[in-house]
Amino acid sequence: MMKHKSKKVAVFGMMIALAFILSYIESLLPPLITALPGMKIGLANLVIVVCLYLLGSKEAFILTIFRVLLVAFTFGNFTMMLFSAAGAVLSFLVMFLLKMTKKFSTIGISCAGGVAHNIGQMLVAYFTLGASLLYYLPFLFISGCISGILIGIAGAVLLKHLPKNLINP
Amino acid sequence: MKKNDLLLILGFLAAALLLYGIYHVFFAQDGANVIVTVDGTEYAVLSLTDSTVLKITGVNGENTLVIENGAAYISDADCPDQLCTFHKPISKNGESIICMPNRIVIKVVKATSAADLDAIAN
Repeated sequence: MMKHKSKKVAVFGMMIALAFILSYIESLLPPLITALPGMKIGLANLVIVVCLYLLGSKEAFILTIFRVLLVAFTFGNFTMMLFSAAGAVLSFLVMFLLKMTKKFSTIGISCAGGVAHNIGQMLVAYFTLGASLLYYLPFLFISGCISGILIGIAGAVLLKHLPKNLINP
Repeated sequence: MKKNDLLLILGFLAAALLLYGIYHVFFAQDGANVIVTVDGTEYAVLSLTDSTVLKITGVNGENTLVIENGAAYISDADCPDQLCTFHKPISKNGESIICMPNRIVIKVVKATSAADLDAIAN
């Protein structure tokens, strides 16, 4: 039992580190389409999707919050944290609910997560900067969808190839 | 990939198209004025028909706004990411350029004075 628990703690710690570093790597990449800032691949979401399946929803939620706080305190500021938190939490909630229905694969779940992430950020932008931003929304739907699908495919491959005894001895 | 996934993805794409359609039918008209706000407060109102160059002092730095040929764009910014300088020129009602680091929002709006409304009615 003790061994089992410490293994889980180690894996979880590694996932937090991974999500953190992937967020950092992503912040270094140039924007994909310069006319539409805010389009991102959401690399850190890959870790969250894998965590959702491998460790469970409670752990995935803690991971989401930790990632947002770590990234904001290290590289960002309060405004960025607000945007990032709204996107991340909404994305997690949608993915969690869709996973509960058991009707979708990682691809569908991660796609919805990507779209939800963009909607969450848009909501904060709407309240802080005004309604003029709404014309971005259709583009953010599509970009969230595409990046979500890519992350979902990568997540499915990862889940298939990660050793089965990663958590359970 | 399950059938449900595909339906979900198609649903999102349809929603995006719908939003785009709604926006363009109801909101997108050629604008007449450009409103510049810094950190939520109004900084300047400019007409799109007059070519001008305006230096905007933001929260953390300075951006240069250029209006020419009925469109507005940011030519220079001293923020690190330069996102606003890459933005395409804006001219339609509701379009905007945002510089997050300097908290600057450039937005195109209709002129809604009585004279303009009369001009449309005539």
